[in-house]
Amino acid sequence: MALLQIAEPDAPPVARERKRAIGIDLGTTHSLVATVRNGLPVVLADDDGRPLVPSVVRYRGDGVDVGYAAVAQQSRDPENTIVSVKRMMGRGLADLDDDRRFPYQFVDAPGMVRIATRAGIKSPVEVSADILRVLKARGEAQLGGPIDAAVVTVPAYFDDAQRQATKDAARLAGLPVLRLLNEPTAAAVAYGLDNASRGTFAVFDLGGGTFDISILRLTRGVFEVLATNGDAALGGDDFDHRVFCWIIEDAKLPPLSPADARLLLGKAREAKEMLTGHAEAPIVATLSTGQKIHATLTAETFTAITRTLVQKTLGPVRRALRDARLAPADIDGVVLVGGATRMREIRRTVAEFFGQPPLTNLNPDEVVALGAAVQANALAGNRAEGDDWLLLDVIPLSLGVETMGGLVEKIIPRNATIPIARAQEFTTFKDGQTAMAIHVVQGEREKVSDVRSLARFELRGIPPMAAGAARIRVTYNVDADGLLSVTAREEASGIEASIAVKPSYGLSDDEVARMLQDANAHAADDARARALAEAQVEADQLLEVTRAALAADGDLLDATERAALDAALRMLAAARGTGDADALRSALDAANRASGTLAQRRMDRGVQRALAGKSIDQVV
Amino acid sequence: MIDFTRNHFELFGLPRAFAVDTDALESAYRALQHDTHPDRHAHAGDAERRAALQSSARVNEAYRTLRNPVERGRYLLALAGIDALDETDTSLPLPFLEAQLERREAADEAREAGDLPALDALVASIRAEARQREAALGVALDAGRLPEARGLVRELTFLQKVAADVEAIADALVDEAG
Ligand SMILES: Nc1ncnc2c1ncn2[C@@H]1O[C@H](COP(=O)(O)OP(=O)(O)OP(=O)(O)O)[C@@H](O)[C@H]1O
Ligand SMILES: [Mg+2]
Repeated sequence: MALLQIAEPDAPPVARERKRAIGIDLGTTHSLVATVRNGLPVVLADDDGRPLVPSVVRYRGDGVDVGYAAVAQQSRDPENTIVSVKRMMGRGLADLDDDRRFPYQFVDAPGMVRIATRAGIKSPVEVSADILRVLKARGEAQLGGPIDAAVVTVPAYFDDAQRQATKDAARLAGLPVLRLLNEPTAAAVAYGLDNASRGTFAVFDLGGGTFDISILRLTRGVFEVLATNGDAALGGDDFDHRVFCWIIEDAKLPPLSPADARLLLGKAREAKEMLTGHAEAPIVATLSTGQKIHATLTAETFTAITRTLVQKTLGPVRRALRDARLAPADIDGVVLVGGATRMREIRRTVAEFFGQPPLTNLNPDEVVALGAAVQANALAGNRAEGDDWLLLDVIPLSLGVETMGGLVEKIIPRNATIPIARAQEFTTFKDGQTAMAIHVVQGEREKVSDVRSLARFELRGIPPMAAGAARIRVTYNVDADGLLSVTAREEASGIEASIAVKPSYGLSDDEVARMLQDANAHAADDARARALAEAQVEADQLLEVTRAALAADGDLLDATERAALDAALRMLAAARGTGDADALRSALDAANRASGTLAQRRMDRGVQRALAGKSIDQVV
Repeated sequence: MIDFTRNHFELFGLPRAFAVDTDALESAYRALQHDTHPDRHAHAGDAERRAALQSSARVNEAYRTLRNPVERGRYLLALAGIDALDETDTSLPLPFLEAQLERREAADEAREAGDLPALDALVASIRAEARQREAALGVALDAGRLPEARGLVRELTFLQKVAADVEAIADALVDEAG
């Protein structure tokens, strides 16, 4: 337990049941679930031994298929079979420049696009949750009980809206998510721990729908991300689409039905994958019109039609290196992640850019899930002795606020190590102004119209003053998931307004609550039982941890503080036994608040000790 | 929680001076993150997790400030009660401004010509000039010549902006080629 570690880093952990922890790679084309077994991360396969779950969801009239079952029907029922839903996460219809590639009936909704299916209108969050449920069930079945802790990976270049959407999906699926982890960082963990590496590494992750490049430094058990960059809408899907367009041109096809389009996209992907090991690939298909397609795609043609896509990866690579203040020659190793890095042109281009052959001794499909499992295991408290590594990650895109003239004032710069908090002061520009609109944005450009709008909110009730007299302090907090929350405060009056950034691009809390209700309509009792069970586990943990903390560092509290904490703990122990989830929840909240002082002081003491160990004579 | 009343130098147990032992800074930073990072408290109670989040954020902010020479200089001035980037006085020496204007023009020309190496060379020359000024900043701060140090921080901050602008131009060029 963390509190115990602070007191005595070398003390053996308290004997405690192992937590069921899983890592999930929620991919554009494939998803996986992994866990740590006997100290080693392993991917959990299905009954047929297949490790991957295709990220495909089909809404039947009477249920949902996920994975291979959905893939099997996708060209027969394209409108109701959702593929690549990850590309729609946290995105409005206007953001999907490739929306015509999908055969779906999109419904434009505020914030995030929706899809009309025969099972009703679905948000990408709900579709993703359906995939996550399958992975969770696989984890539960193979670990023998409910999951205690999960880590879900996201592309490093995902913005706040996309991260929030992913977290909402996990919540909807009932996963206890301890952390959103960046995919290249997860890969680095799996790779670094496996190879006991040191040095500066580039992780080049080209998956089905997203591209990330992260530059990391590995030293003495610390994985420090120096910079990250990427393109949240570039991946193997785009290569498929180029081939698809080539087939249409080559065979001079008229506009296609959704089913035929799906069919040919599938053929395009097969051909692309085949070209990784062959000089040419045949493309054979029969359309619903009876027309037969018979074409041959050569490696040369493929290289020519996809050259600009390959080149598109280099801009982000350049920028990431520059932000890390490094040259290609400073990189000790390039780790390839993602199925699309199997393509020869990608390997050649990466090797040429970095002047060294990339490292490919890991399975590029599995490495992200394996790293996530290792992290989940550690966060759950299952760390083994000497397993003392730490991840320091960054935020991929600058966070700012709109200022006069539609310009962006950056508050947190890209590649800042998270967690981070930054405040900025603003003032009123009119006499007697009593409200101030705060527009939270993310991106690198200077004009508000060129960056992503995350949320708008208003600080009201500012006492009327002369223009420029009010002092409004806007604070941005980014947590270890890379998620932003914002507070604004008028300093003189203490008027405060705060939001977690969600409304304009994520789903509102109400919406998530409604979806949870829909999903659990017939399982309301289960949900209540689960809430109680979770609260009980939490209560046991808090009681255990706090008692241990008191035993070790009880001297940090004075008599009154001690009495208050003891009382809160007694209340909690009593509520634990009643079986009333609400009462237990409020007792938990009270005990958490009461233990705050102790937690803070112990952290301070732990820090003093850590510093004392390092440089006792330098501490001022 | 860490002691929020301490300044960044105290937090890392370093002497308050421009010259920083980067190894000592790094190892103190890692030691503090080892204790405060939210990952280390992921399964703890709300209060402890909140404390960890705040502490870890503060440690990151302090590290970011001390690692970067311009930020460090600006911070030392702030500790001495001087706001180097005070918006009521934004003056910079004319020759300096003229030199930067020329750089921007050179960047625009390189962009027109699609000359990426020229843009890279421009950024390198800005960086080289910045390094010289950083050294001068250290000398001025150590000698207690605070107004001079303030001027250097302002110029260095401006140089960072110019470098970022040129980089953005280079980015646009690379993206067009892609
Ligand atoms: N042999 C191969 N040659 C070329 N491409 C391949 C090969 N094998 C797989 N791919 C491509 O890799 C992509 C899938 O990669 P992966 O499973 O890593 O992506 P993902 O994790 O689902 O997506 P993302 O990480 O972008 O969300 C697909 O576009 C697939 O066609
Ligand atoms: Mg992936």
